[in-house]
Amino acid sequence: MFTKIMVPVDLVHAARLRRALDVAADLGRHYGADVCYVAVTAPTPGPTAHNPQEFAAKLEAFAQGEGAAHGLSVSSHAMISHDPAVDLDDTLLKARKETGADLVVMASHVPGIGEFLVPSHGGKMARHAGVSVMVVREDEAQ
Amino acid sequence: MTDDTTNQGIPEPEGASDIIETDYEIGQDNVEGSVGPFGFDIHNPVFLVSGLSIVAFVFYALALPEQSATLFGWLRPAVTSSFDWFFLLSADFFVLFCLFLIVSPWGSVRLGGQEATPDYSYIGWFAMLFAAGMGIGLMFYGVSEPMSHFSTSFGGTAMEGGARTDWAPLGAAAGDEAESVRLGMAATIFHWGLHPWAIYAIVALALALFTYNKGLPLTIRSAFYPIFGERVWGWTGHVIDTLAVFATLFGLATSLGFGATQANAGLNELFGIPVGSSTEVILITVITAVALVSVVRGLDGGVKVLSEINMGMAFLLLIFVLLVGPTVVLLTGFGASLVAYVEYLPALSNPFGREDVNFSQGWTAFYWAWWISWSPFVGMFIARVSRGRTVREFVVCVLLIPSLVCVLWMSVFGGTAIHQVIADGFTSAQDAPLELKLFKMLGELPLASITSFVGIILVVVFFVTSSDSGSLVIDTITAGGKVDAPVPQRVFWCVFEGAVAIVLLLGGGLAALQAMVISTGLPFTLVLLLMCWAIFKGLQTEAR
Repeated sequence: MFTKIMVPVDLVHAARLRRALDVAADLGRHYGADVCYVAVTAPTPGPTAHNPQEFAAKLEAFAQGEGAAHGLSVSSHAMISHDPAVDLDDTLLKARKETGADLVVMASHVPGIGEFLVPSHGGKMARHAGVSVMVVREDEAQ
Repeated sequence: MTDDTTNQGIPEPEGASDIIETDYEIGQDNVEGSVGPFGFDIHNPVFLVSGLSIVAFVFYALALPEQSATLFGWLRPAVTSSFDWFFLLSADFFVLFCLFLIVSPWGSVRLGGQEATPDYSYIGWFAMLFAAGMGIGLMFYGVSEPMSHFSTSFGGTAMEGGARTDWAPLGAAAGDEAESVRLGMAATIFHWGLHPWAIYAIVALALALFTYNKGLPLTIRSAFYPIFGERVWGWTGHVIDTLAVFATLFGLATSLGFGATQANAGLNELFGIPVGSSTEVILITVITAVALVSVVRGLDGGVKVLSEINMGMAFLLLIFVLLVGPTVVLLTGFGASLVAYVEYLPALSNPFGREDVNFSQGWTAFYWAWWISWSPFVGMFIARVSRGRTVREFVVCVLLIPSLVCVLWMSVFGGTAIHQVIADGFTSAQDAPLELKLFKMLGELPLASITSFVGIILVVVFFVTSSDSGSLVIDTITAGGKVDAPVPQRVFWCVFEGAVAIVLLLGGGLAALQAMVISTGLPFTLVLLLMCWAIFKGLQTEAR
């Protein structure tokens, strides 16, 4: 059904994305698909890494960790955006094209960004990605 | 397993740069949360301290207008007349330091590591650094400054009680029309050429080096790591960052206030729109609203696009004036101005024993203080968009090319106005107040109503490009160097800046606070000298 699942992650808030990560892992195992973890960084130093190279290395390590924990075939894809606060959606759409993923599994929105001003990232992805998108709500139980 | 698309566009990490090892984690002092639907991610205490002290100063200027006007009105001339030698000497040093970097072996160090590729094309990069750096000044001073120096030089010197009372540069050129033109153009280019761009280049290079090569956060304090070490993350750094926010916001807000007054005068001249505070408040609101759209659309979708549009329009206006104006005179004037600049440069930049005190203190030292007080803002913005350039490429493009563009601009706009006086006897541009000189000059050329309208639009858009890039810079500093802080935060700074401008415009106090901003040029000159040392030290350990 699916051969490559793209999972956008925020390395700073990875703990808050647990449900989406678990769902992606389950689906990856079920379909025998490669799970590709995608993250976006600015070229400037951030909380995660000093530069894009280090960021990509940390993302790859994160992907390998998920792969080992869930017994998956994994890969990673780091994206640079000049202004991630604004261009996150477009950068993720570009990453979907570059990775050639046929399913996107993502948390409904990146924590900390008001949905009032910036609608949920999952929503935009679902409208424009052209492939299946599964938006996972972290607080569904409530 | 790694797929073949992994890390595309990202250079290999090996030997890329010399990361400074520090336990400080970017964002560790930040407070994250949300007010209603608006998320925030701010540095504690820089955000709060700078925000509150700005409010306090505005309140002071409004509550005690006479006292603040007297204090700051005294402070500015006191700073530029007592320390004129210091400003001139430092600025000369910055130019020499930049020129040294071009020829030094460190010129081949690449910002972002040896393998980094430039984030922006030459056109987009150049448009952005130019629009943030001095676009608006070119609109107002392109005609008026060459005209002013030409007139005073032509008028000759005047002595009273052993001191010069005229404002002519150097020894003037009394009654000599051709020499007055040369001296006037040389003096103007001196103020808009190598020196201001060297000031910007120093700050931008220091920040870019310590951010992209050393891995420190993109805020002013990072450039001081070689000097203060880990203490830059404490109060030393808080003070440096707060001062930078302060100078940037007040510099932008007072320019916005004055700019609205000047744009209003232009609109009155062209369309008879009444001059008054209601028109000016509307102008500030419109400029802020456009800047708001630009910051919400982001660096690539907003700021870069507007800067490129602006560059295109300014270029067309330049070509138009060049073609319909006295083309041959202007083209030979460009070469002649350049020669005059080189010829007069040693005398104009001499910091000691100057006889032309009005010129060297009132013009030169004032300009240097002004450029230096803007340097944290412009420098940080240039740094943000300059990743992937080598030091040599960076200095050439930030120092030499903008200087040449300024020479061209001043020769064409100033040259046309001076030609109108000399050859045609039109003195309307010479006699007009500062804000109208450009429009009076355009008025003598064909299609005046169209070009004047383009002129007004350019004035407004240049303000927008300063305002949006300034909001991004303040937002980054007050978020502790994070460039991905929630969007409502940059909206806040953009609106805050417009609000401060409106309050100062209505309540008075624009002049007082602008004087204060210029006075901050003095401590920042020391800051810049320290930055030169930091750059030198930082480059030593980089791969060449």
